[in-house]
Amino acid sequence: MAIEIPQSFWLYFIFFILLLVDGLWCMLATFNLLRILIGLEVLMKSVTFFLIVAGYLSGRMALAQAMVITVIVIEVVVVVVAAGIILGFFRAHNSLNVRNTRTLKG
Amino acid sequence: MTLMTIVLVLLVLAALWASLTTLLLRATIALALTSALLAVVMYSLGATLAAVLELSVCAGLISVVFVSVISLTQRKPFKDYVVRRLSRMRRFWPLPLVMIGVGVALSFVHTPVQIVLPLPGAQGDVRSVLWNLRQLDLFGQILILLAGVFGVLVLFKRDGQDGN
Repeated sequence: MAIEIPQSFWLYFIFFILLLVDGLWCMLATFNLLRILIGLEVLMKSVTFFLIVAGYLSGRMALAQAMVITVIVIEVVVVVVAAGIILGFFRAHNSLNVRNTRTLKG
Repeated sequence: MTLMTIVLVLLVLAALWASLTTLLLRATIALALTSALLAVVMYSLGATLAAVLELSVCAGLISVVFVSVISLTQRKPFKDYVVRRLSRMRRFWPLPLVMIGVGVALSFVHTPVQIVLPLPGAQGDVRSVLWNLRQLDLFGQILILLAGVFGVLVLFKRDGQDGN
């Protein structure tokens, strides 16, 4: 036996896609490293939102919450490590412009 | 229009504000607002534990990290604000139109969803799932948290301590 996804899925799906578009645009249309990190955050918010919706609609909220908790932990660590890298980059180049990364060695 | 739809619209507007605003501090506030609204959505859908974590960690801790980095890096005079805002508007003006277009197009398409999911398993408790079924995830999280500790060390390291 199986269940079908209810119609409310479409409403959640539209908002998930909108958040995804927003995050992608924020990452692609800027040259500021901090802005790119903010775009990445918005993207992760959309993924978190969709995981919860999937858990809600499939009736497996406990598993979805466990996944979301993992995602949140990883999100925080990604932000902190990326912030450290951005600070190191700023100290080296006195700029947050992503085009300066072309001068990196390696 | 249900209350959930209103909250979802506010969520997307907050995310849009985070992308469009010129000042990074405002973008950080908008991001925290997005996290808070997402926590409301999670709570409404029954994910209470994840909602609490989202509100405390994403809206709180990440905002603190962002504000710290902004305060350590932003040294531009405020008079450049107008110039930066114009440059930013040139790159970002299509975004609201694209989002409205995508939203309208998707709402008109409205394909009946035929995806079939397996039957819901035992509801269970999130704590038992996390501690009994997803133990490997917890080990991964511990290792990732250790990486985060090193990230914090790099974040607040002073220049004078580089050689030590």
